[in-house]
Amino acid sequence: KTIKTFGGDEGRVHSRTIYVGHKSCPPNEAYIPPKFCDNRIVSSKYTVWNFLPKNLFEQFRRIANFYFLIIFLVQVIVDTPTSPVTSGLPLFFVITVTAVKQGYEDWLRHKADREVNEYRVSVLEDGRRIRKMSAKIKVGDIVEVEEDETFPCDLILLQSSRDDGTCFVTTASLDGESNHKVRCVAVYTGMETKMALNYQGKSQKRSAVEKSINAFLLVYLFILVSKALVCTTLKYVWQGKHDEPWYNEKTQKEKDTNQYLKMFTDFLSFMVLFNFIIPVSMYVTVEMQKFLGSFFITWDKDFFDPEIQEGALVNTSDLNEELGQVEYIFTDKTGTLTQNNMEFIECCIDGFQYKHGDGSSETYFDKKEELFLRALCLCHTEMGFIASSPDEIALVKGAMRYGFTFLGLESKNMKILNRNKDVETYELLHVLNFDPVRRRMSVMVRSKTGDILLFCKGADSSMFPQVRQEEVERIRMHVERNATEGYRTLCVAYKHLNAQEYARADADLREARLALQDREEKLMAVYNRVETDMILIGATAVEDQLQDEAAQTMEALQGAGMKVWVLTGDKMETAKSTCYACGLFKKNTELLELTLRTLEDGGRSREERLHDLLLEYHKKLLPFFPAVCCRSWSVAGHDYGFIIDGASLSMVLSSSSEPNSRRYKNLFLQICQNCTAVLCCRMAPLQKAQIVKLVKNSKGNPITLSVGDGANDVSMILEAHVGIGIKGKEGRQAVKNSDYAIPKLKHLKKLLLAHGHLYYVRIAHLVQYFFYKNLCFILPQFLYQFFCGYSQQPLYDAAYLTMYNICFTSMPILAYSLLEQHICIEVLLEHSTLYRNIAKNAMLRWKLFLYWTALGIFHGLVFFFGVRFLFSNPALQDNGQVFGNWSYGTIVFTVLVFTVTLKLALDTRHWTWINHFVIWGSLAFYVFFSFFWGGIIWPFLKHQRLYFVFANMLSSVSAWLVIILLILLSLLPEILLVVLRKPRGPHARQVTLNCIAGDPQSPQSSARPLLTRTFSDESNTVI
Amino acid sequence: MMASSYNAKEEDGHHSGSSTHGGTGAAKNKKPDNTAFKQQRLPAWQPILTAGTVLPAFFVIGLLFIPIGIGLYVTSNNIKEYEIDYTGVEPNTPCYDCANSFTWNSTTSCVCTVNFTLVQPFESNVYMYYGLSNFYQNHRRYVKSRDDSQLNGVQSSLTNPSKECEPYRTNPETKLPIAPCGAIANSLFNDTLELYYNHPDGNMTKVNLVKKGIAWYTDKHVKFRNPGNEKDNFTERFKGTAKPVNWMKPVYELDPLDPENNGFINEDFIVWMRTAALPTFRKLYRIIQKKPDSAPTLPSGRYFLNVTYNYPVRSFDGRKRMILSTISWMGGKNPFLGIAYITVGSICFFLGVVLLIIHHKYDTRSNSADIPN
Repeated sequence: KTIKTFGGDEGRVHSRTIYVGHKSCPPNEAYIPPKFCDNRIVSSKYTVWNFLPKNLFEQFRRIANFYFLIIFLVQVIVDTPTSPVTSGLPLFFVITVTAVKQGYEDWLRHKADREVNEYRVSVLEDGRRIRKMSAKIKVGDIVEVEEDETFPCDLILLQSSRDDGTCFVTTASLDGESNHKVRCVAVYTGMETKMALNYQGKSQKRSAVEKSINAFLLVYLFILVSKALVCTTLKYVWQGKHDEPWYNEKTQKEKDTNQYLKMFTDFLSFMVLFNFIIPVSMYVTVEMQKFLGSFFITWDKDFFDPEIQEGALVNTSDLNEELGQVEYIFTDKTGTLTQNNMEFIECCIDGFQYKHGDGSSETYFDKKEELFLRALCLCHTEMGFIASSPDEIALVKGAMRYGFTFLGLESKNMKILNRNKDVETYELLHVLNFDPVRRRMSVMVRSKTGDILLFCKGADSSMFPQVRQEEVERIRMHVERNATEGYRTLCVAYKHLNAQEYARADADLREARLALQDREEKLMAVYNRVETDMILIGATAVEDQLQDEAAQTMEALQGAGMKVWVLTGDKMETAKSTCYACGLFKKNTELLELTLRTLEDGGRSREERLHDLLLEYHKKLLPFFPAVCCRSWSVAGHDYGFIIDGASLSMVLSSSSEPNSRRYKNLFLQICQNCTAVLCCRMAPLQKAQIVKLVKNSKGNPITLSVGDGANDVSMILEAHVGIGIKGKEGRQAVKNSDYAIPKLKHLKKLLLAHGHLYYVRIAHLVQYFFYKNLCFILPQFLYQFFCGYSQQPLYDAAYLTMYNICFTSMPILAYSLLEQHICIEVLLEHSTLYRNIAKNAMLRWKLFLYWTALGIFHGLVFFFGVRFLFSNPALQDNGQVFGNWSYGTIVFTVLVFTVTLKLALDTRHWTWINHFVIWGSLAFYVFFSFFWGGIIWPFLKHQRLYFVFANMLSSVSAWLVIILLILLSLLPEILLVVLRKPRGPHARQVTLNCIAGDPQSPQSSARPLLTRTFSDESNTVI
Repeated sequence: MMASSYNAKEEDGHHSGSSTHGGTGAAKNKKPDNTAFKQQRLPAWQPILTAGTVLPAFFVIGLLFIPIGIGLYVTSNNIKEYEIDYTGVEPNTPCYDCANSFTWNSTTSCVCTVNFTLVQPFESNVYMYYGLSNFYQNHRRYVKSRDDSQLNGVQSSLTNPSKECEPYRTNPETKLPIAPCGAIANSLFNDTLELYYNHPDGNMTKVNLVKKGIAWYTDKHVKFRNPGNEKDNFTERFKGTAKPVNWMKPVYELDPLDPENNGFINEDFIVWMRTAALPTFRKLYRIIQKKPDSAPTLPSGRYFLNVTYNYPVRSFDGRKRMILSTISWMGGKNPFLGIAYITVGSICFFLGVVLLIIHHKYDTRSNSADIPN
């Protein structure tokens, strides 16, 4: 079973001339051997040599890093109040951490590349077979590829081990289609292969949180610039009155500097002084939170599937919090909602129904039944049980149950063991392959007796026109009933070919196969000609079982306010029944159909009908939604479901006239958004992506999530905000291109409701807290300018300025953002409505941001003026000695560190030992560090500003008292708010109480909001 | 999806060399560890702040803070403080002439005498401060204009002071390095204050002013060190340096009588070098020790303050004050802390009461709401 392939010429952009096997060219041809690249695959970004410059360049392209670099350079060049170390050290830290992370990821890529490049392939050279590394293949080499091997590069088929000279190639990794194709492919190697050319890298997905961060950043940048402007202006106003007292003369250099240049550098100095308001460390913490946080997904044992021995997979950690923001779920059907695990349920032969398990093996089989079973055994493309579609396996297994066993294919002879334990042999003449247009496939066999038979099976709609009509009606009834029950149905037909007919068909087929142009079309024409006038024998029903807990999962997701759309390539009836089975459509759901069938009903042109239907449905739905609300999911107990098929969708999306098209799109979207569930059937992979894109870009930019398992879902997985791959049976393409991969659909519930919710709450709090803590950090420093003649005198020591974000306040928030469970996981899973509380980026809205900002300003004012009033008499020690400016700053800083940390402690709802350790540890570290820093005359420091300042501060009772007072005063409104807020949100409290009691089903459900109650009551009845 | 000829074999498409995320490899083909940490099931304390738990806290804080505040307020009020402005801005004030006749180059110092009356006697130790107003010791250019390593007695810094000291780094004429360099040292407060008590019988006694113990212990003993060898005399140790421009005498003549208070470790100098936080400040000048007998340190009566007026402040609209103050455990007189504690305590108590009422009302409301179900 060897397939031999070799190089030839084919034009992609231009034509290539290649001499097969590197034979020297004939002397009479003018041939310049062109330079082709080798077959090395490079997906890595860096080498050892260019890593440093390239990585640094890439990093400083990020606007935040660039900003910090500028600040750093300003500090180096201009005489600024703080040393370059204060911003250089954090920046260095950030850059190093990121570089290490990216270096590690690139090392992984190098490793993957090496694996590919060192993959051994057989190359024929001078008639000998040599094992060679994949990377060493040159254009023109003859490559031998065995069955089940992957092609190392683009190839042209020279010879196949199959008798008919064809070979079957799975092209799933290339175009997302999973059909077998007979390929002729050009010889391109390395980075020029189709695969590499198609691999454009995923576009960087940005989460909504990141957008919020950037918006907040702009606000803070504005605050920063205005602070600097105010100070610069006031400085020059002040200097008009106070310039140069005798005790504080300017240096000669200052006197010489141009006035305007001086103003500019003053402005820059103020920028530097206040630049800590935009925290460099926030980016590190956010990155670390995402990176470390994603481990909890891979570690979750609930995601572990014993069948495939794998857990969840995280391909990107950038989108963790997006999992808590999903509004639309687009799901594939086969393999995602259903198991893609086919089971033969029943068949219908000649209008009679046979079900497995009614002792059918004892019943008498008439000729037609035997014929039907033979057809099942013969009509497939199997070459053994391994490489077959689940449908075919189910059918063959089904036939086996009735006594007909397919033994295998041996040199074009198919053997069947029939009920009488006799071996029947059929010579396989032709296979008329399946294609999605014809939607059927056939085999031509010659029986022992010399009869030539054609067996054909296919979808009912594609079979009925091709068979003699007298049989149809009886079968149609069964097929339709089976379809509504959620089974996949196939019709089976046969046909006797006389010698003359066969000869013609045979000739036509051979001719078509060898055609150089339009081969597909020609083959199709022949197939269609042959597959006519057949006799329908019967139909089969195969069940595609629902995934475990598919219904519960869908219920929970809908309860969480997400809209579930099913996008499938399957036919409407089957898809509809799956929707019913998994509870997306309920009994009382009114279905609105927009399919070819409904379009052709009215007898008018499709376009007009489409227009009418859209308007009609729109009218039907919109009265219930005076304001288009995307989140309501139940309309006064009346649910609507919407069904559209691929053909209708393409009409909606690409209507003839532009204004119409936009209008249709809007109508379509509004209809869809107001339906409980939407089913899109007969979708091409690209159409799936189109729908996702349409919703993604609709009003309000809802967050979309696509979940699928097959190569045909890749496009929608890539298109959606979050792409989830199911590690199903349809290969790895979906998993590879997804952001997260889970073994089963049921895991989606925990992934979104628990992990997503928690991640969102964590990171939202992290972001708000970071802005807050830096605002109240820098505000006192700003206020101090009003008391020091706008001279850019820092309030805090440089060590405190540097360490504040790196050491003193970074760990508690990191621990919080990794471990916080404001509501415990069981409750989150139990009450899916909790997910709605955080919908639409609820924790990063401007209102909340303003609250945090106001809190930061309040704290900053309290810190500064509290100490300011204390210092109206700086004699604070019991020996009459006085405190100076560094003591002032240290007292403010101590209050700051304690308040900010305790504020986080107040927000922490889930105190593990790590939280305790980190929160109390940070405070202890601050105290320890302050003693240590002030305890030694540091030889490398120019100024020993803090020498014993901290210890002296602690020796003053007044300092203690003011610190305690200010911390308490700062936290007072927060505590008050918590107390006042709780009674108004009894739901949250009750949930928390339940959480502790470990009993989520508490009887006091009356206190819950109406919406919640109705849902949980419903869910009680459903489940 | 008919997929009649669908091939379900795994096609790993190994050409796509895209790497997966770093944090993924570990869990592959392996059941995740069932540890509490990895499953996010660490035992946790889940505090809930409810009115019930916070209410007592409000009351406790209120009940704790109000007495503390009253204590602080009473303590602050019991501190005796007497402050006198001797700048000499007004024409009839004693130091008006001195303030007006001030020139940098005068060799003779101007002396003025301010008399005042203490109505109440000052018990226990009395601390004498000088206060300056509108003097920006916290101006950045000023704050950094010092060389701590020079002050720490490092020889190389003595002869080559830090650039931060500019323009008070070297003497403009002799080009000799200034010790101590910088604007702070240069502007050392150099008024001399002497206090005389006018006995009721008409005798004048000089009040004994102690000049030790006014600087931080660590500053005096560690942070500030004189350069050179202990055995050499001070002139030798400061050789090759110039005095600060505005000083009348070199640093080693600050207190020629006491080598432990001379040079960089002169306590007046050390106190001045600790820059004040705000433009209006006071600095400890002298301590008047309480008398061994029970007599008040400063009995009530008439006093004369003898000021050797060297320090010009009129050029920048500054004020000079002399402050006499007793000290309590909380430091000098400052009613702020007491008032703040009383206020915060009262607020807490008040909030506690309000919350109690709200809580009570809410509870009954929610109870009645619970009944229908």
